[in-house]
Amino acid sequence: METKVIVGLGSCGIAAGAGKVYDKIEAIKKAEKLTFELKKTSCVGMCYREPLVEIIDDTGRYLYGEIDEERAIEVINKHVNQHSPVKDFVVQSDLFETEDNTFTDDQVKITLRNCGYIDPESIEEYEEKDGYRALRRIAGHGMSRLDVIQTMLESGLRGRGGGGFPTGLKWKFANNNKADEKYIICNADEGDPGAFMDRSVLEGDPHSVLEGMIIGAYAIEATGGVIYCRAEYPLAIKRLQIAIDQAREKGYLGKNILGIEGFNFDMYIKEGAGAFVCGEETALIASVEGQRGMPRKRPPFPAASGLWKKPTNINNVETFANVPWIILHGAAEYAKYGTEKSKGTKVFALAGKIKRSGLVEVPMGMSVKDVIFKLGGGIQDDKEFKAVQMGGPSGGCIPAHLSDTIVDYDSVNATGAIMGSGGMVVMDETTCMIDVAKFFLDFTQKESCGKCTFCRIGTKRMLEILTRITEGKGEEGDIERLEELSYQIKDNSLCGLGQTAPNPVLTTIKYFRDEYEAHIRDKKCTARVCTKLLTYTVHEENCTGCTVCAKNCPVNAISGGRKEIHHIDQDVCIKCGVCYTKCKFEAITLS
Amino acid sequence: MRIERIEVQREIDEQEPADVELLNPLIEKYKDKKGNLIPLLQGAQDIFGYIPRVVFEKLSDDTGIPLSEMYGVATFYAQFRLHPVGKHIIKVCHGTACHVQNAKAITTSLKEILKVDDGGTTEDGLFTLESVACLGCCSLAPVMMIAGETYGKLNGAQAVKIVKKIRISENN
Repeated sequence: METKVIVGLGSCGIAAGAGKVYDKIEAIKKAEKLTFELKKTSCVGMCYREPLVEIIDDTGRYLYGEIDEERAIEVINKHVNQHSPVKDFVVQSDLFETEDNTFTDDQVKITLRNCGYIDPESIEEYEEKDGYRALRRIAGHGMSRLDVIQTMLESGLRGRGGGGFPTGLKWKFANNNKADEKYIICNADEGDPGAFMDRSVLEGDPHSVLEGMIIGAYAIEATGGVIYCRAEYPLAIKRLQIAIDQAREKGYLGKNILGIEGFNFDMYIKEGAGAFVCGEETALIASVEGQRGMPRKRPPFPAASGLWKKPTNINNVETFANVPWIILHGAAEYAKYGTEKSKGTKVFALAGKIKRSGLVEVPMGMSVKDVIFKLGGGIQDDKEFKAVQMGGPSGGCIPAHLSDTIVDYDSVNATGAIMGSGGMVVMDETTCMIDVAKFFLDFTQKESCGKCTFCRIGTKRMLEILTRITEGKGEEGDIERLEELSYQIKDNSLCGLGQTAPNPVLTTIKYFRDEYEAHIRDKKCTARVCTKLLTYTVHEENCTGCTVCAKNCPVNAISGGRKEIHHIDQDVCIKCGVCYTKCKFEAITLS
Repeated sequence: MRIERIEVQREIDEQEPADVELLNPLIEKYKDKKGNLIPLLQGAQDIFGYIPRVVFEKLSDDTGIPLSEMYGVATFYAQFRLHPVGKHIIKVCHGTACHVQNAKAITTSLKEILKVDDGGTTEDGLFTLESVACLGCCSLAPVMMIAGETYGKLNGAQAVKIVKKIRISENN
C-alpha cells in the first residue's frame, strides 16, 4: 500500500503550528517528488502533543507528537524514505508500547469514533466508516418512526449538553405533537468557558452530527433543521457548510430522502452572535428568530411550541453524534456501557493544571480520579491536586477528597457540581477557590440577560461581596450573605443560567469554607493569588543589587542603588507583582 | 448584565462616513426572510468592521425593521460593535482554563504597552484589545488570537513581543 501521512488540523492543532507543518511536508513532497499520500484530519484528542502527524505504512500506524517543521523533515526523511521510524517522537503506535498508551487504553470512542481518523471535508471517507449506514438501515428495513424512538429510549442516551434529559423521551414528545411544520435544532453554541468537545466533533466529524439530526428529523417528522453554532468557531462552521452541501448532493437531505416517501428535510447553519444565555432552549429559539436572546416561561415547552411557534426539538452536538452509532449497533450495545441511570460514554475536555490536556471519551462510571490521574497523567509539575471544576459557570468544584466520585449524572449532581457539557478544569494548590468562584460569578453576571431581578441584581451583589473578600475587605457574615443570596437567585430565576449561577460559590463554600474564612478573618490567601492580600519583600541574601526591580516598579516603591540591597516601601507598594516577575535571582518573596 | 452594553449617549462627531450602497446585495439577500435581523447585522459588520449609525438607518429604511429593535439586538450580542476598531483585533482569552493559567498577566502587559484599556483602540488605530470568553483552545492556555492566528502557552512578555513584531512590520 501507499504510505499515508496524515496531519491533524483541528483548531488547536493549527494554533500549535500544524498548518505550517502540513505546508512543509507538502513542499518536501513536491520538491523531492515523493509518492506518499498526504492527508488532513482533525483533532485526535491528544492536544498536549500537538502538532500531531500520523504515518500509516505496510508495517502499521505511528502517531508522531510535537512535530515542528524541523522534526517533520526528519520524520519524512527517515520514516518515509528510509523506512526507519523515528521512535523518539512516536507517541502512539499499534506496534509497541509508549507512555502515552495510558491516555487512550481506557477510552471508549463512540462520539469521537471518527475524529482524527477521517478527513472531515470528505463525505466519502465518512461513508467508508459506516457513515449514513444507520440512515440507510432505517430506509431499507422500513424502521418506523416509533421504532427509532423506542431504540433511543432503550439505549438510555441522555442529553449531553448538560441537562441529562432522556433523548428518546424528548423525541417522543415532539413526535406526539402534530403540526404541518416542525423543527429540529442542533445546539452548537458551546459557551462554557473550559469546554471544547462540541467544537472538536464539529471540526472532526461533522457528518455524524448531520446524520444524527436527519435521523431525529425522521423520528419527529421535522421539516426543517437549524444548526445554531458559535461564530467564534469559524473552522467548525466552514466544515459544517461543506458537509451540508455534500449531504444535499448525495440525497441525504432534500425531498423523499433515500426513497422514504414524504420524508422531506433540509437544514441550514445559524451563526450565534455571542451570548451565553442562548444555550438555554427558549433563548436560542428567540435568537434564531432574530430577537434578543432572552428566555421565556415554560410551558409551553418547545416540543409543543418552539421555533416560529411550531413543535421544535433541540439536542446538543454530542447527543446527535451518538445517534447513528446507536441505530447501527443497537440500543443494548450502547447500554452495555455506563451505570444504571447514565448509559454510554461521555466526552470530557481536560484542561487547567493537568499534564495531558485534551479530549477523552470514557464510559460513564469511571472515577474522577482515574480520568485525571490515569488518563490525564496527573497534575502539572507534580503539585498537589486540589479540586476539579465540572460544568462550567453552572457547575461546581469537586474537591480532592471526593475524587472517587464516579462520572454519571446523579453522582456528580450529589456533590453540588453538574456533569454539564463535559469541561473538566483541574486546579492545584496554586489556585485560589475564592478567585475561581469570583471568576465564574463575573462571567454569569455579565451574561445575565437582565430579565429576572434576582439574577440581574443578585449576581451583581454576590460579585461585589466576592470582590471585597479577595481584596481583604471581607466582613463577618459575608459567607452567610452569599449563601442567602444564592438560594434566592436559584429559587427566583426563570432559566437555567440564573438557577445554576450560584453553584460555583455554593460548592466552594461547602468544600473550602476555611479558605473563605482565612480571607475574611486573617486576610490571607494561601494560594497566593489574591495580590491585594500579599506582601512583597526583598530577600536580602539573594539580592544582587541589579536594580531591575526598581527600574520596573510603576510607583517607585523600591529604593537602593547599584550593587546595594534593595528595599520595598510597603506604604507605596500597589502589589502589582512586576518586581516578582522581573527578578532573575528569586530575591523577591511573597508572603 | 447585558444592559450595561447599552450606551445612553453617542457622540455624533465620531461618525465616519460609510458607503451604505455596499449594503444593497446583503439587503437583497435577506430582505424578506424570517429571522433576518442578526444575519443582516453580521453582514454589515463584515463590510464595515463595525456598525455605524448610518448603516442602522439604511437597514431600517430598506427592511422596515424599527431602529429600536435593531439597536436592542445589536447591544444584546457581544459580537456587534458600535465603534470603529483597530486594524488588528487582539482577543485575549479569559476562559476558565486560561484564567487559572494566568491570562490576566497577558491583558495587563498588553494594556501597558498599548496604553489602552480593555476594549480600547490604540491611537494609531492599529490595535484593539479585547477580552473574550473562550476561544476553545483550552489545552494551549493561556492563548490570544490576532487576525485569526492563535498564539498559545503565553506569558505577558511573549504576548508583548508578538504585538511589537506586528507593529514593526506594519510600520515598515
